[in-house]
Amino acid sequence: MVNSAQHDWLTEHGDYLYRFALARLRDPHQAEDAVQETLLAAIQNQTFEGKSAPRTWLTGILKHKIIDSMRRQMREQPLEHDGDFLPDEPGTDEFFADDGGDHWNEKPQNWGEPQGLLEQKQFLIILQQCMDRLPPKLASLFLMREVHESDNEEICKELDISSTNAWVMLYRARMGLRKCLELHWMGR
Amino acid sequence: MLSCKQASRLVSQSLERKLSYRDRFALFLHLTVCDACTLFSRQIKLLRQAVQRIGRNVEQDANTVLSDEARKRIADKLGSSPGHLL
Repeated sequence: MVNSAQHDWLTEHGDYLYRFALARLRDPHQAEDAVQETLLAAIQNQTFEGKSAPRTWLTGILKHKIIDSMRRQMREQPLEHDGDFLPDEPGTDEFFADDGGDHWNEKPQNWGEPQGLLEQKQFLIILQQCMDRLPPKLASLFLMREVHESDNEEICKELDISSTNAWVMLYRARMGLRKCLELHWMGR
Repeated sequence: MLSCKQASRLVSQSLERKLSYRDRFALFLHLTVCDACTLFSRQIKLLRQAVQRIGRNVEQDANTVLSDEARKRIADKLGSSPGHLL
């Protein structure tokens, strides 16, 4: 039998927590799991002391569950065995001419003013589609950095990777996303 | 003088850490003469703002809710949690 206070957490904060998780994990199933784990942990630990609002306290637990979920996702394919994202791997050279000067193959385009762009629904939709096309690990790491706002130290500690590796992966994520946007948004 | 490849890496890293004086100076010199890398720098800063905007939109979208099935799955799980025996 669920007691009423615990039941209220799901009723009152379930959707909020779900949206918070979805914004960071993007996958509805993973987001649902994170919410479930959060409420379970909340009930089992009973550490809520009423010093903060329940929602703030639950969100604090959820943040850890989100990191756990990202870590699991990254572990499914260990980085050490993944040559794709190691420094100086040939893939990054698709963007630069091998002429000694390493100039851009295609000069980045001017996307205009940020304010205007961020208000364009279509731009944001295409960006989401571009994120779907990134290797899942790169997308996770990118979100962990940009949306979850984990700092580099936290990312490296939680995911057990070196700073250099994190920089390379974030670089690749950014290169991939901007290229995809130039093809599918600027090039419409 | 940095190549565009080196410069673009430093631009990306500058969003992650404080670059050394030497790197910052080299990057500054490169960006004063290189339109392409300057545009790249603007693009990736914009990407950061854009994914944060998408995240905020998801967080604030009242139409995004746990489905009835998901809610039931969670409620069932919570109901069987040993915590309730305490």
